[in-house]
Amino acid sequence: MPPTTSHDSYGNDTIRRILGEVHTIAMVGASPNWNRPSYFVMKYLQSKGYRVIPVNPVAAGETILGETVFGSLAEIGQPVDMVDIFRNSEAAGPITDQAIAIGAKVVWMQLGVRNDPAADRAEAAGLRVIMNRCPKIEYSRLSGELGWSGVNTGIISAKRLKRIT
Amino acid sequence: MSSADTPETDTPTHGFETRAVHAGAIPDTATGARITPIYQTTAYVFDDVDHAASLFNLQSYGYIYSRLTNPTVAALEQRIASLEGGRGAICCASGHAAQLLAFFAFMKPGDEFLASNRLYGGSITQFGQSFKKFGWQVHFVDQADPDNFRRALTPGCKAIFVESLANPGGVVTDLAAIAEIAHAAGIPLIVDNTMASPYLCRPIEFGADLVVHSTTKFLGGHGNSMGGAVVDSGRFDWSQNSKFATLTEPEPAYHGLRFHETFGDLAFTVHGHAVGLRDLGPAMAPMNAFLTLTGIETLALRMERSVSNAMAVAGWLESQDSVAWVSYAGLKSSPYYDLGKRYLPKGCGSVFTFGLKGGYAAGVRMVETVELFSHVANIGDTRSLIIHPASTTHRQLSLEQQIAAGAGPDVVRLSIGIETAADLIADLDQALRSI
Repeated sequence: MPPTTSHDSYGNDTIRRILGEVHTIAMVGASPNWNRPSYFVMKYLQSKGYRVIPVNPVAAGETILGETVFGSLAEIGQPVDMVDIFRNSEAAGPITDQAIAIGAKVVWMQLGVRNDPAADRAEAAGLRVIMNRCPKIEYSRLSGELGWSGVNTGIISAKRLKRIT
Repeated sequence: MSSADTPETDTPTHGFETRAVHAGAIPDTATGARITPIYQTTAYVFDDVDHAASLFNLQSYGYIYSRLTNPTVAALEQRIASLEGGRGAICCASGHAAQLLAFFAFMKPGDEFLASNRLYGGSITQFGQSFKKFGWQVHFVDQADPDNFRRALTPGCKAIFVESLANPGGVVTDLAAIAEIAHAAGIPLIVDNTMASPYLCRPIEFGADLVVHSTTKFLGGHGNSMGGAVVDSGRFDWSQNSKFATLTEPEPAYHGLRFHETFGDLAFTVHGHAVGLRDLGPAMAPMNAFLTLTGIETLALRMERSVSNAMAVAGWLESQDSVAWVSYAGLKSSPYYDLGKRYLPKGCGSVFTFGLKGGYAAGVRMVETVELFSHVANIGDTRSLIIHPASTTHRQLSLEQQIAAGAGPDVVRLSIGIETAADLIADLDQALRSI
């Protein structure tokens, strides 16, 4: 059973590998409003050393957490490792196609976002796909930070935690 | 399949006994200390003002102040959540604090909830008397027929509360049937699993949404540390209706943050710390968390021995002339025997009651005559314990409430420990002969 085909669950190492390999993340649906979930995720990922490029046509040209907001993935004009989709499942379809077009290596759809036909297209084009997950939650779970708040990380080990990056 | 690739939390990678020893206790990152250190500190330094702001805004994970979170307590929270099959847990000062935190997450003045009438006497008093001061109205329901909960539902009901194994009556609750009634009404089922412990029963597997514990009892197991826990299954959809505004609507104390939208299935756990513990204040002491962590390591072994001792003692009591009845769901004579086989296949705990033909006076004489059993208001210890509820734990109830709770004047409650069964029987024998 390859770990990523079903998209119902993902192996810890699969997610750890993706989070360890990507450096530049385009966040589609990033909000300039500080108390929106996307803002939380962007700020957290920045603190872990990722470059996060916000994409939001409504806020294009504005600045979020020091980064200029682009109107679309195509406008970014520089290599992007991963596209993180903060939009609904339907909108995730065309965004995935744009992610393929700009040469991203990973498409990541947020909690509650799942589009299987889009995932099939991305995987056929050689991209890796994670759906219905949050990179902030996964990073913090795998690094043990999530456990600081009493959350069950599911990690059982008698070794010190591996670093993600 | 990559053999090194372990799946996510909803499918535990290891057995119960392994998780009881290891969950939450990865070696300390800074020092490699093998045993979880006792982080005896109230506060934690911030790197800079921006780091502090991120923590206060809940945008980063980290420690601020031990009233909210503490590394030793967090290790215990993870362990209990793992054993119950939950998404997360909030540990606190006592089982009563856990109940308060569980309801505080979503109750507002004027709200109502249903609770079994077969609860620990202290819970009946907390719900029926003290919760009134918050404007929370409980309706006690006879759980003998689960449909009684359906009949008692009101539009203002926000939850149903039961004990998996009721204290002290030897009553096993039909969790799946009651969960179905709660979910049809769009409200969570809260189960107190103190008497069973997650080794014997895991209520989330039968549809419970929240599980509460007095960790003081079997989890800690040694009668040395007060504590409580609320475990969230992470499965209840707080946004399915408008009943749970505190979790779904903007939270004024966090500048309009919506917990359920922002934290998804972590919402209850995050809220329990960031709002519940922060504002109510019943934090668990790190030392108590450490002792409870150590206790849980042997939970499976202790429960096995406690259950086998309880079976031996209950069977022996049933054959005694001065004993009118024994209420233990592990005995074939119990009306809860079949429910016990379903919900507690490894045994029905080690706390049970029996009735003395001599009534109230015989009960008082019994607890004063035993030598090895400790006369205390506690359960779930390595030591065997005895109490006469009508004169102690349940004395604040009316006679009618005492009988409904299985704690009438003739009732003696035992909590069987892990000693030699023959010694326990010999002690009860000399006490019964003295009556």
